[in-house]
Amino acid sequence: MTAKRIALGIFMLCMISGCGIQPWVKPYERQNIADSIMSFSRDPVSDSYLSHVHDAREGAKGADGGAGGGCGCN
Amino acid sequence: MAAREAVVAVINKKIISAFGHLLLVACSLWIFPVAAAVLPDERVDILEHQYEGGGIKVSGPSILVRKDIGRSVSVSANYYVDLVSSASIDVHSSGSRYSEERKQKSVGIDYMHDRTSFNLGYTTSDENDYQAKTYNLGISQTFFGDLTTLNFSFGFGEDQVLKNRKIEGSLEGETDPDFRPLDKERRTYSLNISQILTRNLITELSVEADTEACIDMLEGESCLNNPYRSYSYLDVNGQRASKPEMYPLTHNSDAASIRAMYHLPFSASIRAEVRHYTDNWGVSANNAELRYIQDFKKDFLLEIKYRVYSQTAADFYSDLFPFEKSQTFLARDKELSPFSSKTFGLGLTYKLPWAIPGFEKSTANLFWDHIKIDYDDFRDYDNFSKAKVPEGGFKVGEEPLYSLKADVLRFYLSFWF
Repeated sequence: MTAKRIALGIFMLCMISGCGIQPWVKPYERQNIADSIMSFSRDPVSDSYLSHVHDAREGAKGADGGAGGGCGCN
Repeated sequence: MAAREAVVAVINKKIISAFGHLLLVACSLWIFPVAAAVLPDERVDILEHQYEGGGIKVSGPSILVRKDIGRSVSVSANYYVDLVSSASIDVHSSGSRYSEERKQKSVGIDYMHDRTSFNLGYTTSDENDYQAKTYNLGISQTFFGDLTTLNFSFGFGEDQVLKNRKIEGSLEGETDPDFRPLDKERRTYSLNISQILTRNLITELSVEADTEACIDMLEGESCLNNPYRSYSYLDVNGQRASKPEMYPLTHNSDAASIRAMYHLPFSASIRAEVRHYTDNWGVSANNAELRYIQDFKKDFLLEIKYRVYSQTAADFYSDLFPFEKSQTFLARDKELSPFSSKTFGLGLTYKLPWAIPGFEKSTANLFWDHIKIDYDDFRDYDNFSKAKVPEGGFKVGEEPLYSLKADVLRFYLSFWF
């Protein structure tokens, strides 16, 4: 039921974008956002490794962009 | 058998449902195409990693190559190795030291159409006592003049758990022919929404649901526990004794995180992240992280971070059970025990001043993380955490609690085409 609501929300979002909501941060105002120090994952290989380190030693996992498949901790 | 069929039916329903929703999203994106998305950077990364702490050492390389084909397609390949040698505290419960090698190979392809991008990925992980295959499918779309990016991805994994034969007290080398291979299936559903809020602030919300299920298990088997580890119980003489662990056959978990980055006026940024995790084993966990990144005239980047993590125990965890088979499921994995950890990290990125033929930019990077983990209900009953042993020794079940310190190093070179 929740998944259906999410899908419906996505669909509505698409509809709204089609209606032409104007971006409130203009492209020429995004210099700081485009700076490499503003990337959530600046170096994917390095971040993926650190996620793996945490996943192998903690009970929690997920919602951090980590890749799956084996753990080297068996 | 009936339980297994029920699990499979639920999983199949979830797949059909997930694909239905994916199709709905894909259709809606097709109906309302807008401007252009961006393919990931074309780059090469060569990384050497090392983890050392608690008697375990893991090191190895990781190499990533990502390149565009034309204007709409990007392909990537990653080769990753873990070389593990362990004489950790888990040796108490596994009864053996061990060393092993894990090789992970990944390939992926991204296809971009207007503001939509599709991603397909395949990963294999190969150890002599664990095999894994993972398939990933993802779709991303930007909205509102690229201020919002929505991503949905689905992952499916097939694993096989094996066990190594003990040779001269060590678990090295050969697979145990008497151990029946155990099959496991994994599914991951994740949704990410990133949002540019102001000219200096970007946020991201991630939610993920994972399922793991054992396939065709015999009575007493489970694919979800480490086949080398044992639980601990009080025997008739009032001493610790051990038997192989017993785990459930399914594991379902949910995680949600929010992160934000803010650009400071002096070429710096600050990043904050919180995550909450729960699962059907009773583990509940929270973590929070704060990072500060300073750019020194585009030549040096300095990163400082602090992370805290804490979790509750699984329902079937105990450091010492009152008697043998005192409950249906029994575990003494420190990863399922209640604990908290703190991590301090430092990183330096240096932009190489000379041009390397074929590359636009190159960097050298060194990152160090120091982790301290304090276990609230996992006792060091062999070394007593180097504590002074009282006269007459420690009472069973009252030995000093275990804690460990670990250092994680990442050194890598990155080259952008």
